[in-house]
Amino acid sequence: MSTTPESPKTGTELVKRGMAEQLKGGVIMDVVNAEQAKIAEDAGAVAVMALERVPADIRKDGGVARMSDPDMIDGIIEAVSIPVMAKARIGHFVEAQVLQSLGVDYIDESEVLTPADEANHINKWKFTTPFVCGATNLGEALRRIAEGAAMIRSKGEAGTGNVVEATRHMRTILGDIKKLAALDEDELFVAAKNLQAPYALVKEVAELGKLPVVMFTAGGIATPADAAMMMQLGAEGVFVGSGIFKSGDPAKRAKAIVDATLHFEDPEIIAKVSRGLGEAMVGINIDTLPESERYAGRGW
Amino acid sequence: MSSPTIGVLAIQGDVREHAVALAEAGALARPVRKAEEFDDLDALVIPGGESTTMSKLALSFGLFEPLRARVKAGMPVYGSCAGMIMLADKILDGREDQETVGGIDMTVRRNAFGRQNQSFEADVDFAPTPDAPVHGVFIRAPWVESVGAGVEVLATLGAEPYAGRIVAVRQGNLVATSFHPELTGDRRVHAYFVDLVRDAV
Repeated sequence: MSTTPESPKTGTELVKRGMAEQLKGGVIMDVVNAEQAKIAEDAGAVAVMALERVPADIRKDGGVARMSDPDMIDGIIEAVSIPVMAKARIGHFVEAQVLQSLGVDYIDESEVLTPADEANHINKWKFTTPFVCGATNLGEALRRIAEGAAMIRSKGEAGTGNVVEATRHMRTILGDIKKLAALDEDELFVAAKNLQAPYALVKEVAELGKLPVVMFTAGGIATPADAAMMMQLGAEGVFVGSGIFKSGDPAKRAKAIVDATLHFEDPEIIAKVSRGLGEAMVGINIDTLPESERYAGRGW
Repeated sequence: MSSPTIGVLAIQGDVREHAVALAEAGALARPVRKAEEFDDLDALVIPGGESTTMSKLALSFGLFEPLRARVKAGMPVYGSCAGMIMLADKILDGREDQETVGGIDMTVRRNAFGRQNQSFEADVDFAPTPDAPVHGVFIRAPWVESVGAGVEVLATLGAEPYAGRIVAVRQGNLVATSFHPELTGDRRVHAYFVDLVRDAV
């Protein structure tokens, strides 16, 4: 060979976004310890999300919710062979640095934790580890992608066991994309202004008819039918938080949600896996949640 | 030229990207997730994804036996990343209960290059496309630890620290790569497979 081959390049946009492509069609489950992580892996989760408390407990206990204890994250990484994600507070770039140093596979800059910066999100381009961020509409999704997010999840309302906000955000983002795709190219400049998003990304979405990164659903998924509904609406995969480990039979429910996410267009299979799951998490009506306790509004 | 019908195993993973790549390489591509959908396929692609999830779901929905029967009968199959693991006769660093379709006499090490922070891009000299290297995207990728006598090595990495690692192989009508050509715009790997399918049917 005449030239020395180039060294492998890590942390590129392609390997960050490409990692999310490998998770598609799968379920990512919130876990707070190694034992739950094993249950999730046994059920067929494509990844686990390590956090200190599931959102339902954050709601119940109150206080400031932060990144998990590194020992707990190490324990989860040790316990399972599937990818491990972990949450950092919005804008808390040092929590993100710590998570990167621990070797997590994805960082979730998450509104479920208490925001650390009310103006700025993390500059995610500075990291080798890819980031997923929440969004309630297309403009928000594109602002996160402009900051370097390699994956988007619709926010929903975490810890409620109520799918209504997940539905609203998924429909809003996909509806915004459809509207954009129908615009004349002369109209995209104003569209970018209205979306408060960079013109180049707006143009890219208009051309692709989809986001340039993978989009999962999150926030309130509690049953196999919830997961399948979000997939039919156009989600590329599912995050489940409190819905599994706040239910009566986590192992069985976890597997049922995995099965329903695979066969999301087959009501017979969804019916079959929905039988005998025991109690679902109780859930909260969003109307009764005061504005200050709604997480979806965090992160502008 | 004929357009063979190639299924993309749609249990989980980057199914859409493979379907697009196959279509651009001249095949009729369609996602398949149930055993009865395998019947009229000329060939199959097993995409990238999480191999433990794929294995579990293939087991619980009864896909292994029909897949193994088709592989035994000579159906061409191409697997990338998790798909490579699924085609391996033997795997290392998998889950204890992890089954594979098998068919290629090789031992594959799962997540061999490390976690996501070690995922990388590198050019790969792919023997079937000697004019120019293909661009390899390796994501928590496996490598081939060893191969049996009947296996043709199609690519090894050139760059340190991975120089010499086997990342693409062929045995009969089965092809496997550690990397993800479906994530790049370059369709030569898929075109190579589609040509192989045309010769086989």
